[in-house]
Amino acid sequence: MSSRLINWFKFSSPATFYPLARKIGLVATIVAVVLIAIGLYMSFFVAPTDYKQGEGYRIIFVHVPASWMSMFIYVVMACWAALGLVFNTRLSAMMAQALAPTGAMFAFLSLWTGSFWGKPMWGTWWVWDARITSELILLFLYLGYMALRSSIDDPRRGDRASAILLLVGVVNVPIIYYSVKWWNTLHQGSTIKLNEASSMDDTMLQAMLIMTLGFWAYSIATAMSRVRSVILERERTSTWVKQMIAEEH
Amino acid sequence: MPEALDMGKHALYVWGSFGATALFMIAEPLLLRVRAKAAKKRIARMARLEQETDQ
Repeated sequence: MSSRLINWFKFSSPATFYPLARKIGLVATIVAVVLIAIGLYMSFFVAPTDYKQGEGYRIIFVHVPASWMSMFIYVVMACWAALGLVFNTRLSAMMAQALAPTGAMFAFLSLWTGSFWGKPMWGTWWVWDARITSELILLFLYLGYMALRSSIDDPRRGDRASAILLLVGVVNVPIIYYSVKWWNTLHQGSTIKLNEASSMDDTMLQAMLIMTLGFWAYSIATAMSRVRSVILERERTSTWVKQMIAEEH
Repeated sequence: MPEALDMGKHALYVWGSFGATALFMIAEPLLLRVRAKAAKKRIARMARLEQETDQ
């Protein structure tokens, strides 16, 4: 029985994961390019003009995927942080480290595209509304995590301290998600609800979901690429890294 | 320009959103390539220095 189980701990070794990350990254890149190309085509050429918001609503095709990814990546980072704290595996912290800049980028893009959507629809670039403010806090959590990590010289101590920050900050994610329900916000309610049918046109919904899957694959591709650099930077004194680089040069 | 890409009065907002997203999502993978190359170069240089000091 035990021979049929995959030994997951084998992959927690940076040396084993390094070549695997390349393969996963390549597949994710291809998937991302294909899905985003289809998603963009659908966003402009297939999805109809909105009866209320005109062409301006098309911002949804980048705004919603970016917002979802910003929250999802944070939760994934928190899971890696928890794994790292429990099992003391180096790779877990490296994965969290590799995901952070992409998550921060999506949090920023969520605010940016939201602002560009808010101006024509609400008449303002910014409002201190619960949804928008909690998303801004998410961006600060990402930046705080990265700043804390890089400010501690001992990488293992940095891993632990920043893992705790990630775990504490995860409370913000449900706040963002439910903010439109809990408070009376200017931001509209969720377009997609977990337990109800969507209020959107089918092609609009499909375009948005394809873009989301594309952004998802993109995040995997960039995380795999970044984790390879993180592994090289942190394991630079280990024999396998030296040997591999010597063979390449 | 195809008619489907004419965003009318919302052009600034739609292209400002898609443009910024495209800019970041193209720049990030490029920056990651630079980072990987720099990391490999640094390790190769360190190995050369170690060899020189050993000799």
